Amino acid sequence: MTMQPDALGARIGMWLFLFSELLLFGGLFLLYAVYLARYPADFAAGGQQLDALLGTGNTLLLITSSLTVALALSALQQGRRQLCQILLCATIFASLLFLTIKGVEWQAKFAHGIFPGGTELESLPVGQQIFFGLYFVTTGLHGLHVLVGAALLLWTLGLTHRGQVTAENSVMLENGALYWHLVDLIWIFIFPLYYLLL
Amino acid sequence: MNQTAHQPLSFRCLTTVWFLLLILTGITVGVARYDLGAINVWAALGIASLKASLVVFYFMHLKSEPRMLVLCLFVALLTLATFIGLTFFDVLYR
Repeated sequence: MTMQPDALGARIGMWLFLFSELLLFGGLFLLYAVYLARYPADFAAGGQQLDALLGTGNTLLLITSSLTVALALSALQQGRRQLCQILLCATIFASLLFLTIKGVEWQAKFAHGIFPGGTELESLPVGQQIFFGLYFVTTGLHGLHVLVGAALLLWTLGLTHRGQVTAENSVMLENGALYWHLVDLIWIFIFPLYYLLL
Repeated sequence: MNQTAHQPLSFRCLTTVWFLLLILTGITVGVARYDLGAINVWAALGIASLKASLVVFYFMHLKSEPRMLVLCLFVALLTLATFIGLTFFDVLYR
């Protein structure tokens, strides 16, 4: 008897895990919603201090990297392995660029004393303290997911190179791509709520 | 025949979805320039949900997955909506 890889079962398992991720970030969005209702003016003042240009740039990066990883999967399934590897490299490159921009953004806030426990932050109104607290926790947790997603895709790239992920056995890339799309999905909500708030 | 693998989506289809996502991002940035009061938040959430559906159904291939998985996603979202709804029922009427 030979083991048949159960691709559908593997994808369903990944989706179940993604649902748990949804509820994890859902809790943070719930906190955001409740405190936005309580401190609307402070949240607007906090949002205006975030760099909307960097936020927009990161949005474009994640949307485009979502495209390249989806294209990589289609390329692999069509038997174009080399194109698949190039597209995976592009996705990983975009993730590193995203983290760099995030780092620049956090650095600018740190330089102004705005970080958890920072003296400048503690002198702000309580609503703004909550806004920046949630901003650091949410984007920090999201950044961690970007890092994990990039590591997963790098590993998949290696497996593709060694011929262990192929058109017939593409579950690893399918699930890695699903995880990467989730990272994009969460950012789609973070971006307008934190960066574009009036 | 392997029934569990989906048909690979064409490059043209994926690129079209990407283009729509870019347009929607432009709209959400544009809308945020005007102060419409509470409508701003709902517009932002509406556009984000539209973008999320594009990602889920096309990039994540949910369109070609079994109906059961769509139902599971619906249950997960309903659970989250229930949590948020019940919390607001508490904090708004304290």
